[in-house]
Amino acid sequence: MKRHALSTRLWHWVNLVCVVILFMSGLNISNAHPRLYWGKWGFDAADAWLIVPRFPEWSTIPGYYSLAGARDWHTLMVWPFALGLLMMWIAMLANRHFKRDLMTTREEWRWSAIRRDIAKHLRLDFHHEGSKLNFLQKLTYGLVLGVILPGMIVTGMGISPGMEPYLAPLIELVGGRQSMRSLHFICAWALFGFFVLHVVLVLLSHPLKQMRAMITGGRENAA
Amino acid sequence: MQRRGLLAGAAAFLAAGCSKVAESSPGRSLFETAGRWHRGAQRVFGDALVTEYAKADISPFFRGNGSTGVDTPEYAAHQAAGFADWRLEVTGLVDTPLSFSLDNIRKLPQRTQITRHDCVEGWSAIGQWTGPQLATILKGAGLKPEARYIVFRCADTLSGARYYESIDLDDAFHPQTIIAHSLNGEPLPVINGAPLRLRVERQLGYKHAKYLTGIEAVASFADIAGGKGGYWEDRSDYQWYAGI
Repeated sequence: MKRHALSTRLWHWVNLVCVVILFMSGLNISNAHPRLYWGKWGFDAADAWLIVPRFPEWSTIPGYYSLAGARDWHTLMVWPFALGLLMMWIAMLANRHFKRDLMTTREEWRWSAIRRDIAKHLRLDFHHEGSKLNFLQKLTYGLVLGVILPGMIVTGMGISPGMEPYLAPLIELVGGRQSMRSLHFICAWALFGFFVLHVVLVLLSHPLKQMRAMITGGRENAA
Repeated sequence: MQRRGLLAGAAAFLAAGCSKVAESSPGRSLFETAGRWHRGAQRVFGDALVTEYAKADISPFFRGNGSTGVDTPEYAAHQAAGFADWRLEVTGLVDTPLSFSLDNIRKLPQRTQITRHDCVEGWSAIGQWTGPQLATILKGAGLKPEARYIVFRCADTLSGARYYESIDLDDAFHPQTIIAHSLNGEPLPVINGAPLRLRVERQLGYKHAKYLTGIEAVASFADIAGGKGGYWEDRSDYQWYAGI
């Protein structure tokens, strides 16, 4: 039996390309006005809750300061990113990947079980019985797939003046357009944090086997 | 240290690769297609209005950006005279070319709206704008059937080039698209475009042309200045559709 469905693997790599380009072009856009505010408006350093550092050119797309160029990449890649996530959710619900592998059970939410899981992770012991993913993995993947990735799309649309007429109640709910913009940055950095953790944990746990599994699918009971 | 160098190297490689793609003509046409998709997706619901705020939401100061004045003796003379002789010409593909004084503009049916201005750079400010709807002026002049875009002529120059902008007829006839002469109940300050500026509320700040001298109906903007439909579009490849 295949470990990872073709749809999962396909989406995983397409999404990686989208997220990397969106993130790096986003850093270029951030350089245009590196201050974050809460509320409906904001333009002054005195009103900012955060002054973002300037990102070096090697980390931005394009590789030099160009707000127009970065916005081109950002608004192009958002299509495969958003449609890919939508299709992944449809596939996950249809092939029961979500129910079988990602949905947490009531027993898993017991504090003693969570503590045991954290302790095992800290010892770099990633073995687990029964289901494909352990509780912390389910929780993290669930948050990324269900909150942070859709959150990137919703907060991104919330910044767009052309979408404003349709999303006004949502924008007001978070406190205004500048709050939406701040949340967009916070989601992006949460995703960056996940990316780093994800890569480190893959490197710490049979990286070649994990990579092969995400490319060819891999087999259960293979090793 | 080594891994960091490797990551930076990979990122720089990607950044350079993307720069190359962006400069190619297939790259450009891909970006333009994406822009059209966004415009189409955003227009699905028609003429919805952007949020209009309460007086209490108005920001304490309305930042001026880009041009914050017009550096000519003519403009200085107009300013000294309270813009009494300022004219707004309506020309191009219209049945009746028109010429408005500031007084004529103030006598048209007025719309007052408290809206949020979103700069492409990321900042926002809220202000109360008053002026006639652009639709009133265009209906008065009568658009010819070939007219597809409205071009805005401005008095200001930036880095040696005359500022101008253009929008499509959907945005031109949107109820919140107005020719504003007042900000927060006072005549427009110079930094915000005195005596007349465009408010096109579903688009980013650079579309809101200041120091307006003319409105021109055209079939295409290909032959105007750099041919991309606006000052920043010509100069720095800013997106012509600025609703994103």
